[in-house]
Amino acid sequence: MDDQAALRTTPLHALHISLGAKMVPFAGYDMPVQYPLGVMKEHLHTRAEAGLFDVSHMGQVIVKAKSGEYADAALALEKLVPVDILGLKEGRQRYGFFTDANGGILDDLMITNRGDHLLVVVNAACKDQDVAHMKANLADCDVTLLEDRALIALQGPRAQAVLAELWAGVSAMKFMDVREVPLHDVPCIISRSGYSGEDGFEISVPEAHAVEVAKALLEHPDCEAIGLGARDSLRLEAGLCLYGNDIDTTTSPIEASLEWALQKARKAGGDREGGFPGAERILGELANGTTRRRVGLKPEGKAPVRSHAKLYADAEGRTELGEVTSGTFGPSVEGPVAMGYLPISHTDAGTQVYAEVRGKYLPMTVTALPFITPTYKR
Amino acid sequence: MLKFTAEHEWLKLEGDVATVGITQHAADQLGDLVFVELPEVGAELVKDGNAATVESVKAASDVYSPLDGEVTEVNQAIVDDPSLVNSDPQGAAWFFKLKLKNVSDVDGLMDEAAYKDLIG
Repeated sequence: MDDQAALRTTPLHALHISLGAKMVPFAGYDMPVQYPLGVMKEHLHTRAEAGLFDVSHMGQVIVKAKSGEYADAALALEKLVPVDILGLKEGRQRYGFFTDANGGILDDLMITNRGDHLLVVVNAACKDQDVAHMKANLADCDVTLLEDRALIALQGPRAQAVLAELWAGVSAMKFMDVREVPLHDVPCIISRSGYSGEDGFEISVPEAHAVEVAKALLEHPDCEAIGLGARDSLRLEAGLCLYGNDIDTTTSPIEASLEWALQKARKAGGDREGGFPGAERILGELANGTTRRRVGLKPEGKAPVRSHAKLYADAEGRTELGEVTSGTFGPSVEGPVAMGYLPISHTDAGTQVYAEVRGKYLPMTVTALPFITPTYKR
Repeated sequence: MLKFTAEHEWLKLEGDVATVGITQHAADQLGDLVFVELPEVGAELVKDGNAATVESVKAASDVYSPLDGEVTEVNQAIVDDPSLVNSDPQGAAWFFKLKLKNVSDVDGLMDEAAYKDLIG
């Protein structure tokens, strides 16, 4: 099969090529993995200044109740997602996940209250499945995948200064605020959020104006284009999960240490307790705990320990405990970083375990996440 | 005498000892290296067998032995600072020295012109 021919492109594809990006297939799209700056410098630049990422491959979906009422859309989506969507204020965003009947995770997503409807952003690899899932289960809602909008992430301590060149009002936004604002007279939806552990924004732009807005942001001397390579090392240092690696249908949200995403209203004793797929298991685990948990892992040596490396209790590989789900070199940490699942007996910070890498058993220390200090503007 | 392999290693022969490293092309393709693992001095390597491992932020890659031989020396400098492989892959960032089993095997490898044709 000719993979290249089958790949989709984002509205910024030609811009990536003109910037000298190295393109790779990702979730069915031809995407920039790095630019001439290189993964290491792109990562460090994002933590020090500002980085622009094309995340247009992700799915932007509108969920609107046929009644036109926000509450109806929110209550409908709450049937699929164990977070408080009814209580989300207009212009605010929240993290969540679709769960399945077994309490596993079908995808993770961002949910925004846009007044009379919800704007949902889902992972590229899951978007067709997510849209079908919502269409099948939200009978009283219209579910529309927006095919004509790009999504640009602007991340880093200088992100506000870069965006302020196009919109002076940006400084009033707080973490997880969402505003509809014209940039260069183009109507954009801006959220103060992202997936790097830094302050920053995600900007939804009509496709026809995506290049214009991206170029305007890149004109700022502090802003560089950043590829998927650095996006992965940034999110891993920030302790954020990658769907398909760290979370999937075999992991429950509580095993994945994502219980912070469940608000009081959906938990035992809450106004709208349960009522989502897998609620029995998930609420049971909240009450009684799990047998394993996702933890941060810091390899002691210099060798990166990659996903699927087996974890053992001993340096001889006798007692297998679990496996690494994400692992790379953390440019800001200046050493390798990883995440994985371990039995509860081995999840205390400071516990030593061993990862099998090329026939050797490398010591790793269970470490609190994130590996860096996030700079979200709360 | 400088020779090359299709796996993007270079080899510089002095007597019966070859200094081995990876090419500029390979270093550029790998991106920023963050980890290098070299063979032990005294290890017997076989042609096309695993000799070393390099890791970028993104992935691990194997470096193969260009010929049969015994490792006589390794370059600790690239273990201490893997970025040296990106900055000077065909100079200071050599990987290891190999005492060749059969020096004449070198004749089967590519010269620089043939390697340049290969990478286009």
